[in-house]
Amino acid sequence: MAKHPEPVEGLASIPALLQRNATQYANRPAYREKEFGIWQCWTWAEAEREIEALALGLIDMGVAEGDFVAVVGRNRPYFYWAIVAVQSIGAVPVTLYHDASADEMAFVMEHCGARLAIVEDQEQVDKVIEVQDGLSKFEQMIYIDPRGLRKYDHGKLHAYSDIQEKGRARRADLLDELEARRGKLDYDSICVMLYTSGTTGKPKGVVLSNRNIIEASKSSSEFDNLRPKEEVLAYLPMAWVGDFIFSIGQAYWCGFCVNCPESADTMQVDLREIGPTYYFAPPRVFETQLTSVMIRMEDAGRTKKWLFDHFMAHARKVGGDILDGKPVGAWDRLKYGLGNLLVYGPLKNTLGLSRVRVGYTAGEAIGPEIFSFYRSLGINLKQLYGQTEASVFITLQPDGEVRADTVGVPAPGVEIRIAEDGEVFYRSPGVFECYYKNEESTKSTKDPEGWVATGDAGFFDDETGQLRIIDRAKDVGKMANGALFAPKYVENKLKFFPNILEAVVFGNEREECTAFINIDLTAVGNWAERNNIGYASYQELAGHPRVLDTIREHVEEVNRSLADDPMLGHCQVHRFLVLHKELDADDGEMTRTRKVRRGVISEKFDDLLGALYDGSDEIFTKTEVTYEDGRKGSISATLKIVEAAVKPVEDARQVAAE
Amino acid sequence: MLDASEGYTTEDGRKIGGVVMEMKNITLRFGGVVAIQDISFDIREGEIRAIIGPNGAGKSSMLNVISGFYNPQEGEVFYKGEKRPPMKPYQVARQGIARTFQNIALFEGMSVLDNVMTGRIRQMKAGLLAQALWKGRAEREEVENREVVEKVIDFLEIQHIRKTPVGRLPYGLKKRVELARALAAEPSILLLDEPMAGMNVEEKEDMSRFILDVNDEFGTTIALIEHDMGVVMDLSDRVVVMDYGKKIGDGTPDEVRGNQDVIDAYLGVAHD
Repeated sequence: MAKHPEPVEGLASIPALLQRNATQYANRPAYREKEFGIWQCWTWAEAEREIEALALGLIDMGVAEGDFVAVVGRNRPYFYWAIVAVQSIGAVPVTLYHDASADEMAFVMEHCGARLAIVEDQEQVDKVIEVQDGLSKFEQMIYIDPRGLRKYDHGKLHAYSDIQEKGRARRADLLDELEARRGKLDYDSICVMLYTSGTTGKPKGVVLSNRNIIEASKSSSEFDNLRPKEEVLAYLPMAWVGDFIFSIGQAYWCGFCVNCPESADTMQVDLREIGPTYYFAPPRVFETQLTSVMIRMEDAGRTKKWLFDHFMAHARKVGGDILDGKPVGAWDRLKYGLGNLLVYGPLKNTLGLSRVRVGYTAGEAIGPEIFSFYRSLGINLKQLYGQTEASVFITLQPDGEVRADTVGVPAPGVEIRIAEDGEVFYRSPGVFECYYKNEESTKSTKDPEGWVATGDAGFFDDETGQLRIIDRAKDVGKMANGALFAPKYVENKLKFFPNILEAVVFGNEREECTAFINIDLTAVGNWAERNNIGYASYQELAGHPRVLDTIREHVEEVNRSLADDPMLGHCQVHRFLVLHKELDADDGEMTRTRKVRRGVISEKFDDLLGALYDGSDEIFTKTEVTYEDGRKGSISATLKIVEAAVKPVEDARQVAAE
Repeated sequence: MLDASEGYTTEDGRKIGGVVMEMKNITLRFGGVVAIQDISFDIREGEIRAIIGPNGAGKSSMLNVISGFYNPQEGEVFYKGEKRPPMKPYQVARQGIARTFQNIALFEGMSVLDNVMTGRIRQMKAGLLAQALWKGRAEREEVENREVVEKVIDFLEIQHIRKTPVGRLPYGLKKRVELARALAAEPSILLLDEPMAGMNVEEKEDMSRFILDVNDEFGTTIALIEHDMGVVMDLSDRVVVMDYGKKIGDGTPDEVRGNQDVIDAYLGVAHD
């Protein structure tokens, strides 16, 4: 069995860490939220009082130990307090994606048997009301924003501030009860339950104990030397394990400040105003940022454009080395310093990344060019590899040993083993307790010795000693001729082009590979504008012959680079089509974390898939779409099938067969 | 008919008060053209009152009479029980009546924030010198007014464009900024001239939601002109229907929908 570490100085739960921070860092900022145009701040001592008031109010409402409480909303201090208040009274917080549909919410709430839901606003209240008749254990709801809710029946509906008010009023009677419940929390008690989005099947509830969260937070904080002075911007979904670790686990362990944006749309401005020192973003965010920088540079004046191009070329040459502390000549350093003054500094400021000391990206592969762009600016962007089941951290890249194609060395306390079929297994103090009410899945994922299967295929790179992930183990298949088929590897290569937003590659047990492609409306739209190409809709732009030509060039470039890889030469894309709609989570084609659901897509678009293989030139199709408010509609289109040139590979089959 | 002084409660639980504004036998002429002919109707406190009608029916003229932009040749306007003498639009605005325009009248070069701040003009009393020195009253007033404005910005969810020049915004957002400016004046009656004109379905839904929320949250009386019958019928408590400058119907959406004159005006009637 894995070792079972014991808590340091009795800090065995998040509420215990809160008590420590409220004394030790009493007057340091714990939370900020921008509201009414101003950053409102709460110190650790103030946050502790808010949390206590809510916890007392929840006891007053009759929330019992072991109850499950659903928390649904955007990143706001009130929700982080709700999570810790729920923990303080011995109940279990379950965070849900705030953009989940009513049915998705119903599934999770019924599966965990939530008695109480703490939600943000009318939108969430409406969703819960819509499904509450099917929820057997559900009783009451607390909301934060009262707007539009005045006329609702308040029998089971309470305002967050009212509950806190009641808690404050009954402090004298209930404080003993709260302290007793808080005192019972130890390393084995459940800290949180998070539902994995699940690229296949129904979501599973991952039970994480205080040991999991605190040990993972502690060792990762030490790895990157995180201190109480750090600033983070909490903008990623609260239902995602990463946000739980960054904004609660590490924030409470280190005592640093969590900043919440004003709204999802103001994130970029808020990022700039806060200037986080510790920053996490999925590759998509970095891609979008870079795309918008490039688009704006295209429109810039000649001098500015020249300055940008000239100094960025220099940054690409030496920026990475300077960041890694490798020897660089004095002249190059001087020039880099000048570039910093003229280009890199202002650019980092615009991006809101001026103060980033430690930056991470994970979740998907990041394009090597995007990755090195940020690093060459002097931003210490690194990669990590993690999972909900591991309390995030499996591998991390140490400072100075960063590469675009690897994901790092095992995180402190993590053991890694590669199975014969290439699947990566790990064991650590962060390994989850179980899947809630799903013993079968728990057994198939975690063996009795505590080793967990990641479901990803990978290997350790000989040169760097770091882990490299190729693909999802179950997606890796064989083509009809026996050659290795790794769709995600190819998709990622395609997605590195700014014009391509999503790609889905098919070819398992088939003779040739084909692909569905989604164009990136921002990048392609800008290109169209500059070239005087008129279009009225996404669909029209996606079908434009010159767009198809550009995409074909991209596909052929990917084919050329695949042909050089003896293992993956057969994965070259022979034919593709550009889809008439963007793949969307509302239509079930992607998960809420924006991973493509291969199975769903190939079933839904089986007519298109058929056309890719039967040699047709074009195909007419009609697709049902779901609008944000749940209504359905349909769009129809005639899609062109485009042939892409492939480079012949001679020895691929033998290599793969060996 | 309801008694003018008494209120009632709507089906969805909103309290509608007594008559706050009454138009009596209004006639408005431009030279020989009669834009409004002998129209009377009232607006109750807290209700959403719509004025509808085909193109050229005189709806905008009616709204302009309410806002004081046009003075009718005949008839009287009663506001809060008192007869209103002919007034300039700014005097009407001081009485607590704010409006938006059909074809957007914002300051294109100014930021959203500054545009909305202009809605607070009534509440700014500091003199030129005090404003220039930025001391005492001027500073205090700015802070107070900014607070109201920020609440409106939050309410209408336009935080992300706070500092954006209005000229760079798409049409639907401009409409929302205009509503924000009117709301910043904390009006007792809000006049909306075709708030949904030129919007797509989603923008219309958002705007409807905001109109209902404004009415619900602040109890603001709203008089609106609208083309889109579906929207009007969903939103309003009572509807006045105009055609060729005359009133041809007045009542709840259901009553109006069943009115033969209204059906004729909208669908056309065979002339034989």
